[in-house]
Amino acid sequence: MRKVAVVGVGQTKFSGAQEKTGVELFAESAMDALSEASLKPKDIQALFLGNCLGDFTEGQGMVQAFAADNIGAFGIPANKYDGACASASMAIRDAFWWVASGFYDVVLAGGTERAATMGTSLATRTFAMFSDSRYEYPCGITFPGVFAMLAHLYSAKYGIPLEKLKEQMAVTSVQSHRYGMLNPRAHFHKEITIEKALGSPMVSQPLQLYDCCPFSDGAAAVVLTSEEKAKKLTNQPVYIIGIGQASAGPLANQQEYLPRIRAREISSKQAYEMAGLTPQDIDVCELHDCFSIASLIAAESLGFFDFGQAGEAWEKGEAAIGGKVAINPSGGLKAKGHPIGATGAGQVYEIVRQLRGECGERQVEGAKIGMTDTLGGDGGTLCNLILQRG
Amino acid sequence: MEYKLTFKEYNEALKKNKLLGLKCNSCAAITVPPKMVCRKCASPDMDIVELSGNGKIETFTTVYVAAEGREGEVPYIIVLVALDEGPWIMGNLIDIAPSKATMELIGRRVKMGHKVFCGDKYSAGDGARPLFSFET
Ligand SMILES: [Zn+2]
Repeated sequence: MRKVAVVGVGQTKFSGAQEKTGVELFAESAMDALSEASLKPKDIQALFLGNCLGDFTEGQGMVQAFAADNIGAFGIPANKYDGACASASMAIRDAFWWVASGFYDVVLAGGTERAATMGTSLATRTFAMFSDSRYEYPCGITFPGVFAMLAHLYSAKYGIPLEKLKEQMAVTSVQSHRYGMLNPRAHFHKEITIEKALGSPMVSQPLQLYDCCPFSDGAAAVVLTSEEKAKKLTNQPVYIIGIGQASAGPLANQQEYLPRIRAREISSKQAYEMAGLTPQDIDVCELHDCFSIASLIAAESLGFFDFGQAGEAWEKGEAAIGGKVAINPSGGLKAKGHPIGATGAGQVYEIVRQLRGECGERQVEGAKIGMTDTLGGDGGTLCNLILQRG
Repeated sequence: MEYKLTFKEYNEALKKNKLLGLKCNSCAAITVPPKMVCRKCASPDMDIVELSGNGKIETFTTVYVAAEGREGEVPYIIVLVALDEGPWIMGNLIDIAPSKATMELIGRRVKMGHKVFCGDKYSAGDGARPLFSFET
């Protein structure tokens, strides 16, 4: 198995509904990623693209073929990945394997989505398609509904009064919005306060508007090459040194394990073992904060904090830039935005730039090792990547 | 290999207030919703059993923002119930105003009825779900 490097990354601004097509958005991020490594479209040997709802958002299926052709990567194999919100991470993980195996030297991976363009009503319906359609959707389950139930379960299981938990959850949103202010490509550029978060409209009890990430439009792209090739293309390669992926069935069947997400614990263990690292080695992590409570749940399962104690860690600044592990310096899904099929590539975009030291005011000083964590559905797909500065 | 208990059969039974599951002949675990194999040990050797529908609430939420086509249903309460036979199942809760749902619900004993979601253009037909009410 060969070492695999990220030699170029690109990301559009994540935003509310806008007028560029999914292909156009991806093409912009792809060309930026290629130009970072002075590569041309003809150098790409395969495209792995995350996109889950192109059919609903703009009536476009099989978007990956059109994307490859659009950027001049004529005739290459192009695969689409649907792991709900984890789609792009799956695409990057598979791209890793194709390069690691020696079959390809240069693969483009990423994702594109126009989740905001759908509007809240259709987006809520289509996101619910990532829950069990036959046995759970009849109950009217929504994506906030899943994490709302996990929040109540978290409160009960760890003995944290709901009122206290809600304040801790609000702290995660406040931190994300603060970092989003420092990220020009973030969906939101506005600070919020705990009071504002706790006074926002109820979405699914106990989750209020500021506990929820937005539906976003956007795309991101990552160029992966062999180590040998990377050394010729860039003096700042970032290596992918650990990967993990796991799956799970309907939410109710995850039962006693909840609010922990079992797929995350399987996936992150794979990634840590492959990298030969532990959670203490991670300097910066972009994790799947689709909801405020999801931040706490993720940070605990990734091993950064003890179970039931992540909220306190956030309050003490241990999850902030300069803390024990810098979590979501990009603003996370909460403030940077969540164009679902592109989200994992957006996370890799941030981590790679953090490891290269390019993040300006939100730079995690001396970051050498970074991690991504992407969750699809209600834990149905989980993907983790660990990256290291070359 | 023939699928032992399909969605269609499960759904038709639930519409008659019968909750069907599968009991594993290898490890005795109950699998609901039905699957090809036991959710614990992956054995396909299971028999159809009727479950009580009784259990206790593990967690809940009141949904205020609905999916397309279900706007008329909000607010409504979703619960995860641990059935007396072991598995957890998702359902809705009546007997309490959705705005009055609090953490006090967790641990409450419930019994099962049903309600049918009539389906939408994406759902390939209707689907019944458990509708829970307080046991006492
Ligand atoms: Zn069994």
